[in-house]
Amino acid sequence: MNEAERERPKKTMTRNWSLLGIVLLIGIVLVFSFPDKKGEVIAISLEFFIEMIMILPAVMVLMGFFTVWVSKEMTMKYLGKSSGIKGILLAIFLGSMPTGPLYVAFPVAAELRKKGASISNIIILLSAWSCIKIPQEMVELQFLGLNFMVSRLLLTVIFIIIMGLLIERIIEYDNKKE
Amino acid sequence: MNLTVIFINIFALACLGFAFIKDRKKTKQALIVALKSFFRILPSIFMIIIIIGLLLGFMPQSTISNVMGVKSGFIGILFIAVLGTILFIPAIIAFPLAASLLRNGASITGIAVFITTLTMIGIVSLPLEIKEMGLKIALLRNGLSFIIAIIVGLIMGIIL
Repeated sequence: MNEAERERPKKTMTRNWSLLGIVLLIGIVLVFSFPDKKGEVIAISLEFFIEMIMILPAVMVLMGFFTVWVSKEMTMKYLGKSSGIKGILLAIFLGSMPTGPLYVAFPVAAELRKKGASISNIIILLSAWSCIKIPQEMVELQFLGLNFMVSRLLLTVIFIIIMGLLIERIIEYDNKKE
Repeated sequence: MNLTVIFINIFALACLGFAFIKDRKKTKQALIVALKSFFRILPSIFMIIIIIGLLLGFMPQSTISNVMGVKSGFIGILFIAVLGTILFIPAIIAFPLAASLLRNGASITGIAVFITTLTMIGIVSLPLEIKEMGLKIALLRNGLSFIIAIIVGLIMGIIL
């Protein structure tokens, strides 16, 4: 881990806590200026807080497990040599592991490309990495319900695959032209 | 307590038990990561909860449904999609926000489009994506993701 990477979380933390302070201040001013809204604001905030705190520790624990057990190296090893339907499914599966934010995925993807993984698999991996994460899906399930979560998940998976194959065609066509 | 809460917690506990039997050292590592991420996300959680309280307490339902509701039409959806593209909110705290908007008149399509562009497209990470993947692939992926988000949202509006 280099210096810049170590600095990032600390900076973000300070920023996030300061932002919270500002929001809290605005909230207090607003509630005191309009005391009749106070009850409603507090009740709504409390309701959402309880809904969140009941799942948050579990979600974080799952995230911790995936981070420790599924490494970037594993993703590269398995995706580098697989192709076809198996490759597509693997790209979605590995992408949905919470192994870090999206900016971690780009170097992985670039490395995979050098190692000869297909463009479609890389696009699918990146897209799955950005929008499908197992712990996130659980928060979605909690707040938006089973129907919403499952249908959005299935639709995104279908369209991500289509997009991956499409981009691969476009790039290949482009390369041939040149 | 609802079924989802029970399911998620049992799942996490099962993983914990299984991991503990398999590799204690790694389990400990995982729990430390979990604890760290918990505290990292905590300020954002508090923040979004206050924002939700203020939003629902102060903003009349009609405003939310005018901007994000069925009435807002295609322009409204486009606006939401752009909003999701430029905003940088962690998905975990975007879901409660989305739920609060949904309860107060936002449409399913609007919410689905918002979450999908929010997660799939990263303006902040775009420079890095261009650097690592090349301009062509980066623009194609983000551009097509924008269209996909709208299609997914529209389909969800129809089926749900």
